[in-house]
Amino acid sequence: MTGMIAAASSGTADASYFARAERREAWSFALLALPGLVVIGLLLIVPVGWLFVLSFIGKDGGVSLENYARLAQPVYVITFVTTFQIAGIVTLGSILLGYPVAYLLSQLSPRAAAICMIFVILPFWTSVLVRTYAWLVLLQRRGLINSWLVSLGIINEPIPLVNNFIGTTIGMLHVLLPFMILPLYSSMKTIDGDYLKAASSCGASPMRAFWDVFFPLSRPGLFAGTVLVFILSLGFYLTPALLGGGRVSMWSMQIATNVSTYSNWGAASALGVLLLVVTIAILAALNKVFRVDKLYGGR
Amino acid sequence: MKVPVSIRGLSKKFGSFEALKDINLDIAPGEFVTLLGPSGSGKTTLLQVLAGFVTPTSGSILVAGEELLTRPPHQREIGLVFQNYALFPHMNVFENIAYPLKLRRLPRSEIETRVRGALDMVRLSQFIDRPVDKLSGGQKQRVALARAIVFEPRILLMDESLSALDKKLREQMQIELRHLHERLHTTTVFVTHDQREALTMSDRIAVINNGALIQFDTPRAIYDRPRTRFVADFVGETTFLPVELGTSGGASVFGTPLRLPDHAGAVAAAQSDSWLALRPEKLALSPAASPETNVNSFSAVARETIFQGDSLLVIAGFPDGQSIAVRLVPQEANRGLVPLPGQPIHINVHRNDSILVSGDV
Ligand SMILES: Nc1ncnc2c1ncn2[C@@H]1O[C@H](COP(=O)(O)OP(=O)(O)OP(=O)(O)O)[C@@H](O)[C@H]1O
Ligand SMILES: [Mg+2]
Repeated sequence: MTGMIAAASSGTADASYFARAERREAWSFALLALPGLVVIGLLLIVPVGWLFVLSFIGKDGGVSLENYARLAQPVYVITFVTTFQIAGIVTLGSILLGYPVAYLLSQLSPRAAAICMIFVILPFWTSVLVRTYAWLVLLQRRGLINSWLVSLGIINEPIPLVNNFIGTTIGMLHVLLPFMILPLYSSMKTIDGDYLKAASSCGASPMRAFWDVFFPLSRPGLFAGTVLVFILSLGFYLTPALLGGGRVSMWSMQIATNVSTYSNWGAASALGVLLLVVTIAILAALNKVFRVDKLYGGR
Repeated sequence: MKVPVSIRGLSKKFGSFEALKDINLDIAPGEFVTLLGPSGSGKTTLLQVLAGFVTPTSGSILVAGEELLTRPPHQREIGLVFQNYALFPHMNVFENIAYPLKLRRLPRSEIETRVRGALDMVRLSQFIDRPVDKLSGGQKQRVALARAIVFEPRILLMDESLSALDKKLREQMQIELRHLHERLHTTTVFVTHDQREALTMSDRIAVINNGALIQFDTPRAIYDRPRTRFVADFVGETTFLPVELGTSGGASVFGTPLRLPDHAGAVAAAQSDSWLALRPEKLALSPAASPETNVNSFSAVARETIFQGDSLLVIAGFPDGQSIAVRLVPQEANRGLVPLPGQPIHINVHRNDSILVSGDV
């Protein structure tokens, strides 16, 4: 068969024919990947590289570390801590809220799951701005939530739910929850129900079977969701800007201020680079904790 | 631990569909019972009811006299081997087998000893630290088996546990399972749709069709004295000839009076809807009608001969057009027996090999 095909194209199927065929294959893959590589290069590598360069250029135009030295100022330190606090709380919240939802979805029949999934994805179809303003309305002093809480007698008078840390967290949780649920759901879907039955026949109560078998097998999804939510929250701008009411200062807002108010590109770049470096470090640490490399293939 | 299992009036409906119909089955302590039936007959459903993953519509299962159905699955002390193994992918071989023991809070040293013992039994000792996805199908099968027996369950259930293995390995595992059973004597329910596997392995076979238990007997009885046409057809290659009942109680086939077998029940089976079941290997050929008094002899015409290596299949046709296969041993002594196509022959069967079955399923 091979011989016949080879004969039709170039005469004989000798070693050089197979070598050529292999090269051709390698080239065609490279060509197919080229557009993607170009886009990644232009949109990612170049701007990040430029950012990196900018961060080392001082006010006078020369190479300097002054942009990084400024980051030690208390205002930046506080912002840095706040940013990570919020990102941490939002991530934790999305795990606590998202895991049970994803679990429920994964146990439903495919039809029911598809219907419920629409409600999870629905928020994606409306703009973040609209949703954030909606929360602003709901969380106000005389908003729906406060009036419910008061009429139910849970609180005596309206509590400040917006223009602060709480409002920011609630708003971000809402926007980011699907990013936790979707990867969790897709990894839970792949867990064969027979594993749980097997655990049960070994003598594990439903609770034990869940913790010993289901939870460990859902770790890749948990990792993906955690990383997505955490990293997205580190760079969140719109929601904290609107729902924080100026009282919550996130890293991204400092970057914006430096650019728009002070036109200080060097300072903004340094902030960006630091965030990037810390994010990568955290990713590496998370990878260690979840041992994802072991779960994917290398068990 | 040897326990008797007694299944009484067990039924299961999925909606209006009856997956199990009034199953009654008494399994002796330490017995190896096989559920045999075609696809969709309810074997898995019955096993899942035993394991506790399917709740029956009605009925009762007594294990050593105690009701099993009211116990949750994890308290049934039943070892279960899945068709697809269902080994925990995030645990290695040791951890998989140790899992049931950990749940029982055995001391570490004892867990270690027992896991090693179980691995020895399935001959996998050198694989103790392997990740389970680095095992072959047969090895996974053994690990699954080790995990199911390591905690000395009262009952061992196996669902088509060998069907994913290739023929050689499968036959080897059949023998190993048999040996293991001889050592442990755990009451075992094994599921298969392979009649040969069932005949080789079981103390008794429960033939199931459409959710109903058709016959529960030893492999020999199932094969040699099937009660219904379905059982005869399912456990071996069979040709069925219509039996005509005479007024005086005698039976005949194609107008030839039938010499009936000795064993009881044969005549009882000779009801209005009766068939003579003939197996290729029980038949012999001769040019003329056999003069023997213990032999039923039918005239037919040879059609073709099929060479199968270890046997020679002669296909012949009866006057009514129905064809029948006769298995000959391809040895020199039989050479003269092989007919040419179109040649008239006689097909002979000893009366004790003439099985009468009823036509219902
Ligand atoms: N959860 C269920 N809902 C509805 N019908 C079911 C369910 N489980 C099984 N059945 C039906 O019950 C019948 C028996 O199924 P079962 O799985 O017990 O067959 P089986 O004998 O194990 O077949 P196989 O040899 O193919 O494994 C089938 O017709 C099947 O479609
Ligand atoms: Mg089945």
